[in-house]
Amino acid sequence: MKAAPLNHLPGAQFADRADAAVNDPALRTSFRGAMDFLQAKRLAQFPDAIELENLRREAEAIRRYSLSRLPELLEQLERKLTANGIVVHWAETPADANRIMLDIARRHSARLMIKGKSMVSEEVGFNHEMEAAGIEALESDMGEFIVQLAEEAPSHIIMPAIHKTKQQIAQLFEEKLPGVAYTENVDELIAIGRRVLRQKFAAADIGISGVNFLVAETGTLCLLENEGNGRMCTTVPRVHIAITGIEKVVEKLEHVPPLYTVLTRSATGQPVTTYLNLISGPRKSDELDGPDEVHLVLLDNGRSQAYHDEELRTTLQCIRCGACMNHCPVYTRIGGHAYGTTYPGPVGVIISPHLLGLAATHKLVTASSLCGACAEVCPVRIPIPRLLVRLRAESQAGAPTRHPIRGTGSAHSPWMSALWRGWALVYGRPAVYRLVSWLMSRLRLLTPRAQGAWTSCRTPMIPAPRRLRDLLAQRDAGERSSS
Amino acid sequence: MNALARSAPTLPTDVYFFATCLVDQFAPEAGFDAIRLLEREGIRVHFPPDQTCCGQPAYTSGYLDEARAVARRQLDLFPEPWPIVVPSGSCAGMMRHHYVELFAEDPPLLAKAAALAERVHELTNFLVDVVGFQHQDQGAACTVVLHTSCHARREMGSHLSSRALLDGLAQVTVATQARPEECCGFGGTFALRHPTISGAMVEDKLKALVDTGASQVVSADCGCLMNILGHAAHGDLQAGKAEPSMPGEHIASFLWRRTAGARS
Repeated sequence: MKAAPLNHLPGAQFADRADAAVNDPALRTSFRGAMDFLQAKRLAQFPDAIELENLRREAEAIRRYSLSRLPELLEQLERKLTANGIVVHWAETPADANRIMLDIARRHSARLMIKGKSMVSEEVGFNHEMEAAGIEALESDMGEFIVQLAEEAPSHIIMPAIHKTKQQIAQLFEEKLPGVAYTENVDELIAIGRRVLRQKFAAADIGISGVNFLVAETGTLCLLENEGNGRMCTTVPRVHIAITGIEKVVEKLEHVPPLYTVLTRSATGQPVTTYLNLISGPRKSDELDGPDEVHLVLLDNGRSQAYHDEELRTTLQCIRCGACMNHCPVYTRIGGHAYGTTYPGPVGVIISPHLLGLAATHKLVTASSLCGACAEVCPVRIPIPRLLVRLRAESQAGAPTRHPIRGTGSAHSPWMSALWRGWALVYGRPAVYRLVSWLMSRLRLLTPRAQGAWTSCRTPMIPAPRRLRDLLAQRDAGERSSS
Repeated sequence: MNALARSAPTLPTDVYFFATCLVDQFAPEAGFDAIRLLEREGIRVHFPPDQTCCGQPAYTSGYLDEARAVARRQLDLFPEPWPIVVPSGSCAGMMRHHYVELFAEDPPLLAKAAALAERVHELTNFLVDVVGFQHQDQGAACTVVLHTSCHARREMGSHLSSRALLDGLAQVTVATQARPEECCGFGGTFALRHPTISGAMVEDKLKALVDTGASQVVSADCGCLMNILGHAAHGDLQAGKAEPSMPGEHIASFLWRRTAGARS
């Protein structure tokens, strides 16, 4: 099965992809419907605004505290995990992560890997790399299974196949799965998927999973899921490899419940997930279930760049609930694929510059009206609009900041810079502004009627014949003459 | 005097009016009506002639030096300790929340920005919270729809005060649109950088407003109004309609018209 890595589509063509998505009525209807549904589900879970605010503040505090101690917590985590019998691997780049996992696979002569849902595995292009090495890596999360079958990438971090209609899935199953007849019955479709996967769980040499939270004091991997496939992946095959980002660590087990509750409620509007897996080591000699080996791959891939800057560090607070995309008016209209990055939507736009550099992502950071809907729902209170402004500034100005991020200044345009300098010359000097605005009002009939992108779907902006200050002066003069 | 009465704000004798560049140049009647609303309450309204723009266009575009150059000129415009009333949730939000970010590394200017931020009021907030606006509705019965800008809602909390002002007009019914909290797609230079996405957003917003059957839209932000009404007018032009399919005006003009019975 081919699995093209769709996580690095060129940022330069973002506008073309966005245009195509906006002009695809089926896509727009399907995302609109899905986002409305998810928004309503979330809202129903937070009926009390004050409780919601308290939960968000607590979750934010836990994430900020964890990140403030990130290096120590990672060391503590490694010690604990090692003591528990879990092998810890550090990967600076996606290539490192793939090499580590491939080495493990080769050591076990693995032919088949069964995967639970993991966005970090998408981030490193895992399936593609394994395929290149002749190893089958099969997705077992239903959404991921569909996306893999269609040779696509996830369009949402929680609901990877949200862009697909059930008719498209029915067609896909009929085409790609031997002996499967066309059916639009959702229960039947799920049963088909389950049947295919059940055999693979038993046959797989290695199980792959992501991680939601890493607990440093106990050396525990927490994994949330709804389908039970995560538990299968992490218990049935003889070897389990978990992969996640270095930012996922918290200090104490008691830090998990407050994060867990805002994650599930914000993501899918569930009070709890069907499964909560706490993995603290391989099978012990007196235990019946579990793998013989457990590995954890901790990926940096630019995260330490965000960590080193106090403001950008807030990016790493993210617990991957996807609420920001569910509420984003831009994501709702263009869907996840248009972004061309592993993580789409608001949080994708603030994370991707660290993973891929600003040169590849500066177009994305402009794709927001800064409406603030994302920050309003973010369960860990990441100030997304403020980060977008920061990333815009970094990508354009190239001004030396204390911790310049990769690709700083890559969107610099002498022409745009000159334009804004000119703007500041007018609006930063009251006398110049008075003159220019007076001229604009007097010469209003000469205002160009074609105003570029603005007039593509709007009438032109034409200055009023008299400015407010003129109206006030006129009135004051009238009052003086009449008194 | 009881504690509540002591803590209730007293009506200031003087306020500053920061019109915003859009109102000064493109929608002066909205500013004029806002000033008349304030003056009718017996408040002296001061319009510092050196005011230009809050700096938001450059700030949101990431041109922070340019935003600072413009914003710092506004810091010195308001020497007296009077409230600063702004007829725009977006520009008020900029002055209230983002000036302190812009000048975070320049202590003397930061102190000025912080002092100024506390005095910034969005117009409808000011009319409800400080003035206690109460005037007889003199207009005919009508149904309007309220569009609140994202920054008015999320930075100034003024969606509630705008709504309260409309609810206070006996003959006015406020229609409920689908997804009232969703952005209209303006976003300053966002509309220019991403015209297709912005266009899709304003198209959906206009449809939500039109679907209510309201006779007009009212908003406390001229940026959104220019976007929404400009899109409506563009559609009307294409369809050859003479009558606007969605007329609209700034809430200050609407309030003045409804409660004074006339427009100068």
